[in-house]
Amino acid sequence: MLENKIELVCIACPVGCLMEVEQNGDEFIVTGNACKRGPEYAKAELTHPTRSLCTTVAIKNGFLNRLPVFTEEEIPKGLIFKAMDEINKVVVEAPVKVRQVIIENLLDTGVNVVATRSMDKKHS
Amino acid sequence: MQNYDLIVVGGGPAGLAAAIEAKKNGVDSILIIERDREVGGILQQCIHNGFGLHIFKEQLTGPEYAERFIEEAKSMNINYVVDTMVLDVTPEKVVHVINPKTGYQTFQAKAVIMAMGCRERTRGAINIPGYRPSGVYSAGTAQRYTNMEGFMPGKKVFILGSGDIGLIMARRMVLEGAEVLGVAELMPFSGGLKRNIVQCLDDYNIPLLLSHTIVKIEGKDRLEKVIVAQVDENFRPVPGTEKEYEVDTLLLSVGLIPENELSKKAGIKLNPVTSGPFVNESMETSVEGIFACGNVVHVHDLVDFVTQESRRAGLNAAKYIKNEKATEGKVVEANTGFGITYVVPSKILVDNVKDELVMFMRVNNVYSNMRLEVKSGDTVIKSIKRRHLAPGEMEQVKLKPSDLAKAEGELVFSIVGEDA
Repeated sequence: MLENKIELVCIACPVGCLMEVEQNGDEFIVTGNACKRGPEYAKAELTHPTRSLCTTVAIKNGFLNRLPVFTEEEIPKGLIFKAMDEINKVVVEAPVKVRQVIIENLLDTGVNVVATRSMDKKHS
Repeated sequence: MQNYDLIVVGGGPAGLAAAIEAKKNGVDSILIIERDREVGGILQQCIHNGFGLHIFKEQLTGPEYAERFIEEAKSMNINYVVDTMVLDVTPEKVVHVINPKTGYQTFQAKAVIMAMGCRERTRGAINIPGYRPSGVYSAGTAQRYTNMEGFMPGKKVFILGSGDIGLIMARRMVLEGAEVLGVAELMPFSGGLKRNIVQCLDDYNIPLLLSHTIVKIEGKDRLEKVIVAQVDENFRPVPGTEKEYEVDTLLLSVGLIPENELSKKAGIKLNPVTSGPFVNESMETSVEGIFACGNVVHVHDLVDFVTQESRRAGLNAAKYIKNEKATEGKVVEANTGFGITYVVPSKILVDNVKDELVMFMRVNNVYSNMRLEVKSGDTVIKSIKRRHLAPGEMEQVKLKPSDLAKAEGELVFSIVGEDA
């Protein structure tokens, strides 16, 4: 249960509405939002906050030293650092195709970590 | 000397989108010239997502956004060269280049599109006093080191400037195991998006110090500490408010400047406010047949707007090459009024606007519940309600040929109170 009204900046879009949220049982009463995504975000943020995670993994024989990857969907916010530990264990080998799965079912979240670019082998 | 119909200087998102649009509009002989080792521009190091919401309706990372355009350009057989520096573009559209393998070459083009992007302001540009140790980086340099080259700039980090790059790098450093002690911002508000303040700073308990700056850098070989102080309303440090932060790394995210050395040499007139070329409705500069688009014209905050603007440049370069553009007729100038820092384009040859013209502009302060107004003389041509306006968020106004028909001489863009 939330004791008081809390203030929350909506991050669903760049407008960034400053919202006031009050909980009444299972219901959230949201004010200050400009659109319907506000209450959706507020409820998610206060019950099970999630974020997408964008980072890189090491790549062998790649055109660059790092390959950018991201979680295909958002993962629980509390798992971000654990996820980084998992992702940092990985070394992939070039070539890689964009959206190629790098880690399947990251930390049992059901979310895959995928490459966000294609990368050829290092030009010799 | 080799000939091309169109030469595009810069293979970032602006250059790629412009070249693709020119090709779609019937220009076959195109060359994109890129100085980096691959095309895609700075997007290649922007590994966070959020790109492409307008154009692709999904949140892509920078590299994936770039890849879609690179693949499209490849599938259309658009030529590009990398590792090639443009040394000079003449008003006659002779392009001088140098490349480590092919040496010095010149190309003759019928039209040129300038798409060189922008670069970061450095420590020198903002005159921070103190020593000159290693460990002071621009945020973008640190981003490239971390995300592409694979090494960390440091372990304990302070960031000056709360633009989006500074915010994104604060989170990135924390994720990679560094400690970020704070972000200082000279202005009383952040230049970054609110969502980035939440996702990049608040999520990781990184303090944002508004109305603060760095007054001294200490450390002989490696950065040892930065001294941060509050500033007054004239941005002068307030004595007695100094605080020390022991850090080995300082990232500077203190603004971007369009990179226009080539434009200057080509005799293109620059707008002192944007540091980019004055352009007309077709994204054509003051030199006939030389167009410009993207961050070289004015710094954008969303790449989708760069793409949109660059398509306009590509389309009009194609029309120019095919002799399909109006060169005479009614001209309207776009000027700034209260609250508006700049507006792009600055000149409109009305006959060249077929369906609509998107005007880009920035406001000079944070405003709520105001109207963006476009007037010509005493005639109000458009008046658009805006709940929230901020310098960090570029505004657009769409003008139709019917709007332009009402304009005489000039259009003035300004902010007015809602009930005015």
